[in-house]
Amino acid sequence: MIHEFDAVVVGAGGAGLYAALETSSKAKTAVVSKLYPIRSHTGAAQGGIGAALGNVEEDKPEWHAFDTVKGGDYLVDQSAAIILAEEAVQAVYDLENRGLPFNRTPDGKIDQRRFGGHTRNFGETAVRRSCYAADRTGHMILQTLYQQCIKNNVSFFDEFQVIDVMLDGRRCGGVVAVELATGDVHVFRAKAVLFATGGFGRMFKITSNAYANTGDGPAVLARRGVPLEDMEFFQFHPTGIRGMGILITEGVRGEGGVLRNNAGERFMERYAPTLLDLAPRDMVSRAILTEIKAGKGIRGDRQIDDYVLLDATLLGKEVIQAKLPEIAGFCKTYLGLDPAEQPMPVQPTAHYAMGGIPTDVRGRVVADGEGDMYQGLYAAGECACVSVHGANRLGTNSLVDLIVFGRRAGRHMADFVRQVDLLSLGEEASASKERIAELTDGKRGSHGAEIRETMEAVMMEKVGIYRNDKQMTRAVDRLQELRQDYRDVRMQDTSKRFNTELLEILELGNLLYLSLITAESARNRKESRGAHSREDYPERDDANWLKHTLTWLAGDVIRIGYKPVDISIWKPKPRKY
Amino acid sequence: MEVTLEIQRFNPETDTKPAFSHYQINVQPTDRILDALMQIKRLQDGTLALRKSCAHGVCGSDAMRINGKERLACKTLVQDVVGSDSAPIRIEPLRDFPIERDLMVDQQTFFEKYRSVKPFLINDDPVEQKERIQSPEQRRAFEDATNCILCSACFSACPVMETNPQFLGPAAIVQAARFLDDSRDMGFEPRLPILDGPNGVWPCENHFACTRVCPREIKITKLINQTKRKIKKYRESPGGKMNDRR
Repeated sequence: MIHEFDAVVVGAGGAGLYAALETSSKAKTAVVSKLYPIRSHTGAAQGGIGAALGNVEEDKPEWHAFDTVKGGDYLVDQSAAIILAEEAVQAVYDLENRGLPFNRTPDGKIDQRRFGGHTRNFGETAVRRSCYAADRTGHMILQTLYQQCIKNNVSFFDEFQVIDVMLDGRRCGGVVAVELATGDVHVFRAKAVLFATGGFGRMFKITSNAYANTGDGPAVLARRGVPLEDMEFFQFHPTGIRGMGILITEGVRGEGGVLRNNAGERFMERYAPTLLDLAPRDMVSRAILTEIKAGKGIRGDRQIDDYVLLDATLLGKEVIQAKLPEIAGFCKTYLGLDPAEQPMPVQPTAHYAMGGIPTDVRGRVVADGEGDMYQGLYAAGECACVSVHGANRLGTNSLVDLIVFGRRAGRHMADFVRQVDLLSLGEEASASKERIAELTDGKRGSHGAEIRETMEAVMMEKVGIYRNDKQMTRAVDRLQELRQDYRDVRMQDTSKRFNTELLEILELGNLLYLSLITAESARNRKESRGAHSREDYPERDDANWLKHTLTWLAGDVIRIGYKPVDISIWKPKPRKY
Repeated sequence: MEVTLEIQRFNPETDTKPAFSHYQINVQPTDRILDALMQIKRLQDGTLALRKSCAHGVCGSDAMRINGKERLACKTLVQDVVGSDSAPIRIEPLRDFPIERDLMVDQQTFFEKYRSVKPFLINDDPVEQKERIQSPEQRRAFEDATNCILCSACFSACPVMETNPQFLGPAAIVQAARFLDDSRDMGFEPRLPILDGPNGVWPCENHFACTRVCPREIKITKLINQTKRKIKKYRESPGGKMNDRR
């Protein structure tokens, strides 16, 4: 089946819905999503959205931008960080005006709390910048945006999995998707396409990410020759529930919770004397792993799956009930404990991809390191790399990124589609149909579970928080083998309707693709910066590595290039907290 | 530990009616039922069809009946539902929905009812300040309803739905209440025709089945009764004190 639209948005999380709201009033728009929109992973974001409203103490967007740049270990494009911080303020007011139920101050304004790496006056002390709705801010954002889409009659194609993009040179002409309900392949011709497919944390064994976070957008584009940027930078959030990876928001520490080792020591005093437990996530995750390796984890066996304790008992029941109710619920359900009475067992969990599809500040996809652009191709949200997160994202900035750059991309698309015609590209769906036919060609093969488990373990153990050349070389080799094995994967399920196994297998292919690019990008970057920590190159090396990585994957070979970093405002300095 | 899952299967391409399949698996007592289902899907039977995403009870994808009760598979641990007598754990799709396949049900009607209550802030007044001012008490008034993740567990549990499939249902009323109780909203009258219609709030008979199964622990029946009282109050003095100036 062939559909024609002005604009197609792939993905229905925060960035996709915000963009759709912007374009749908001006252009014929479809949202194509593999999940029902309200199931998207934006809904799992907890702690808040950062914006210098100054509602509870003095704050300025300039401080927010600086914190973002320093938090990202100076790999952030600084003009983009200014846009992020300045537009965050109006974005939060817009969300409130559209009904988002933020927590309130006693005088009825949006309340704000502390969050990791957010400071006043360029690093003096922690500042209250995170606007929050209990500890389900993402849920409220997703609900509010979906509500607005209903109000504005946005068209949705729910449970359509995008499997290919139609490109004619550097011009985008639409996407190809498979419909879960029927198994039919659909062509969506469009003048502009926005990818907002979210993250890909499912390449790691322990992750806070949803099953759906398989990087479909970046993988689909990479297969068609679009570069990916800074894929070596993957954030491990310091506090996931031990063994499960379920996120325990940084808001716990923002409200006063502290991390402790097996001696009961508040060990962050030794790693970040000023910001303590509210240091950026990469530093806290490394500190936890360093404690564990020194035998100071709770078991004390120095294994990487050891854990530490997050102590929120000093907050009291009332604060936890009012400001962290979800966390209390998770602890009750999965750990059988009450965080007001007992500390929580936590370990770092794979959380957020700083890298992704390279874009400019209007969401347009970048084609190379020389500033050439694709036409009619956009990306926003976690799947994109503007880059406002650099080598390490600050807490609350993912939600800011979604709203600010989702809106910007939507606005630019709405203008762009007025200036161009639809492309006709001939046999658009044939490659996709062949790919699906291959999986059901009657040959017997594995159905991928072992490949998935091995990939998750390899990425966790060899391309995790601490990295070195030897381990990453092994990871690259193993991932190449897994990609070979993947060619023999076949479906057991031969039905067309609601064939969820087909989606699982396509998703696994995407994850394998992105795992390999992540491992190879990480092996290539011979320095330590932000979330990328090399045991064999422990220092940041601005002379050689103050640049973005671009990768192209052709067949089995990865080609690496670079893109300059915008450091036009603040000169890189050593990063201390 | 060894457990048996007894899963209701139905493939519209090959089956005329649902039937149960049994699967034996090895799990930890603290594993989620979703972990058990995914282990079956990935290692034993790739044809098993279910929805899932966040895996920690916030996205609402995997509501199903577990031992006869509506639950989220990702928020239910094996130890919560396994009996001491090694009886199988029974897994079935939600009731009162057309089955698409296995544990997947068609939620189209559910979402249509949700949309019918105009689930968005209705207030066309220009905002005088940057944000609309709302006190912490006013914010608390609708806190409970904002927890809804539209998983449809309440819909399946509601006994009224069996006899009156036209009933608006618990989730849609919760979503309406979320706005009726919001001091910023002025949409009482626009929502009244649906809520006060014969299939609006009135068919609810206070069985509390929705409240008992809600995985978000929303006091649904209470919110339905509050909404009924609001409508009665409005009938007594139309146009007055209903958060609505039109």
